[in-house]
Amino acid sequence: MSEERIPLSAIASGEVAVVRQLAGGRGFISRLATLGFTLGVEVNMVQNFGHGPLIVMVRDTRVALGRGEAMKVLVGRMTNDQ
Amino acid sequence: MTNDQIPNPKSQIRNPKPETRTEPGRSVRNQITVALTGQPNVGKSTVFNLLTGLSQHVGNWPGKTIEQKTGTYHHNGITVQIVDLPGTYSLTANSLEEQIARDYIIKEKPDVVVAIVNAAALERSLYLVAELLELSVPVVLGLNMTDVAEQQRMYIEPHVLEAALCLPVVPMVASKNQGMRELVEAVDRLASDPDSYDPRRPGIREDHQAVLAHLQKIIAEQVPEPYPENWVALKLLEGDREITRIMQERLSPEKWEQVHSILMKHEDAILAVAGARYEWIGRMVRAALVRPTFGQVTLTDRVDRYATHPFWGLLVLVGILGLVFWLTYTVGAPLQELLDTYLVQAGAEWVRSALSGAPVWLVGLLADGVIGGAGMVVTFLPILIIFFATLGLLEDVGYMARAAYVMDRFMHLMGLHGKSFLPLFLGFGCNVPAVMGARVVEGQQARLLTILVAPLVPCTARMAVVAVLAPIFFGRHAALVSWGLIGLSLVMLAIVGIALHELVLGGEHVAFIMELPLYHLPNARTIGLSVWQRSVAFLKKAGSIILIVSVVVWALSVLPGGEIESSYLAGMGRLLSPLGKLMGLGWRMMVALLTSFVAKENTIATLGVLYSTGEEGARLADTLSGVLTPAAALAFLAMQMLFIPCVAVVATIRQETGSWRWTAFNIALLLVLSFSVGIAIYQGAVLVGWGV
Repeated sequence: MSEERIPLSAIASGEVAVVRQLAGGRGFISRLATLGFTLGVEVNMVQNFGHGPLIVMVRDTRVALGRGEAMKVLVGRMTNDQ
Repeated sequence: MTNDQIPNPKSQIRNPKPETRTEPGRSVRNQITVALTGQPNVGKSTVFNLLTGLSQHVGNWPGKTIEQKTGTYHHNGITVQIVDLPGTYSLTANSLEEQIARDYIIKEKPDVVVAIVNAAALERSLYLVAELLELSVPVVLGLNMTDVAEQQRMYIEPHVLEAALCLPVVPMVASKNQGMRELVEAVDRLASDPDSYDPRRPGIREDHQAVLAHLQKIIAEQVPEPYPENWVALKLLEGDREITRIMQERLSPEKWEQVHSILMKHEDAILAVAGARYEWIGRMVRAALVRPTFGQVTLTDRVDRYATHPFWGLLVLVGILGLVFWLTYTVGAPLQELLDTYLVQAGAEWVRSALSGAPVWLVGLLADGVIGGAGMVVTFLPILIIFFATLGLLEDVGYMARAAYVMDRFMHLMGLHGKSFLPLFLGFGCNVPAVMGARVVEGQQARLLTILVAPLVPCTARMAVVAVLAPIFFGRHAALVSWGLIGLSLVMLAIVGIALHELVLGGEHVAFIMELPLYHLPNARTIGLSVWQRSVAFLKKAGSIILIVSVVVWALSVLPGGEIESSYLAGMGRLLSPLGKLMGLGWRMMVALLTSFVAKENTIATLGVLYSTGEEGARLADTLSGVLTPAAALAFLAMQMLFIPCVAVVATIRQETGSWRWTAFNIALLLVLSFSVGIAIYQGAVLVGWGV
């Protein structure tokens, strides 16, 4: 699968993506990594209305992220049937 | 702090030697200390409550504003002192909570650490355990919420997990009181035989081992006790702020330069370290965990379709808050009145009649000062209990995080976290629970900011004053004025919030990253205990301050002559009259404002005393509307909305910030704000020629 890196905020509800890169300060990256956002992990977009905060499922946990925060998480998109 | 030896610096992190215990024959000791750790939302407080019941002691961590809970239980003739560490996702000092938790483990060296994990989010909640295993304290794993996991069709074999991790694993359902005895016994066994403890520990990825060894060589012999060197090296690599600060202070500039250049080269090492921990966890749970191939649509998913929806979510929130206020007004307010009539007023009456022969000042002191103050504390209780119960319930079922999610975009504008919303909203009932409720807010700055703006939420008592005075001055426009005043308060709250965030607290962006826990049935015991503890905290800490201030204000209002007109308080009002003049207000109005410090409702009572003409039937309304112009009245009402909160709130602010400085800052801020707004309104009105 060819893959381009897109911000997590661009993933639609119901889609699955793989974390490829985290941008931002150390504290921010540390908090996200602790919660399970490590490279290669699958995240499931639970709710994304295209504006405001969004909800993803990562490692069996629902995590709410602000849109700004979600833009700093770069992911590769996976198609649903994978 | 004990002087146990620190692990051998040469030992690798993956296999530090178990600490040598200084006291042999630990099993004969009759007291051990157990630290309870766990990530948020793993049911840790339920476990703590079950273990300790009412033996709990709630205080603050020394020098910190984070709540510290301790308690004891007895087992096999051993007294177990249990310390509830703050719920944290990791042991890297991203927050004060994390720093407290790990400092306790490293410095106080508890005999056993009980780590509670959520079976329904096993891998993520084991992350904290992976970090604990890098330290040398013995760990017992409480595998909690196995029922919830099974509802999600996740099945965990505790024995397999135990065999993989090489440490005791106790399956439990704390909400149903299952597995507690086994947990206590596992703690007992480990405490009496610490040498048996030899768990698997997470390793370091090969590509970082060399870096780590290099770092460790540079910092060798420079690491302050009791931190293990290999652990400090790892934390440096992870970018831990606190450890970085400590080492920067300890190391010579040349050595620090070396360390710094290594760290710069490996700036994203935290991702690799965390990734390695998760990989390790994955290996540990692989054999023990059976999970469904397809995601389940759970109750939480179904509820969240509405509860976190941008539109429906707001409606749900409004509905819940409406219910809370309905409850407050139908249950709380009448109860408050009953208490006031049958306890406070009756008590004052009883004192007056019982002491009919005593000096007047003594009767006044007891009936007005002491009972007045104590009575206020007591009459506060019904409403406080309703609010504390609401907060506890919403938190326990998992709704709090959803409310924060729905409101986050609005709160963010003020540099506040979404979680600040509910506490602040409760401020409409009473500012005390708003200030105390700020505990749910993560991050010290966001918590402090929430506390500082809380007094600007118009509480019922202030609205009651407006409800009495606005019709007197503004007749049929009273409702409009009242809404305007509420709007003014909220606009001021936003402005103060933004300003404080930018100017005082450094404008740090509050990252919105929040776990949304699974919904679950509320646990009456957990909620009951939290209501009990918060109420007791209010009575104990705030109660005494309220009582003292109430007595002092009473004394000021009768000394030296016994009449309020000639009292010190009146003197202070007269002193303020030049300022009052700028708002078109006389000294009597200033005194009324001052007495509102004891309780907001006092404004009315004071005005009643000061403006009583002595004539039978002369109504306060008529007198007041005669002495104040509409412009001055509006300035007065605006001022009393923004004025210093009542003493109960001030006492609570002091208790929750743990700092008189922030309390004084808050008071000064509100003084300046209320007077400025009052003057601006009056002078503005004069300028345009309205209502003068």
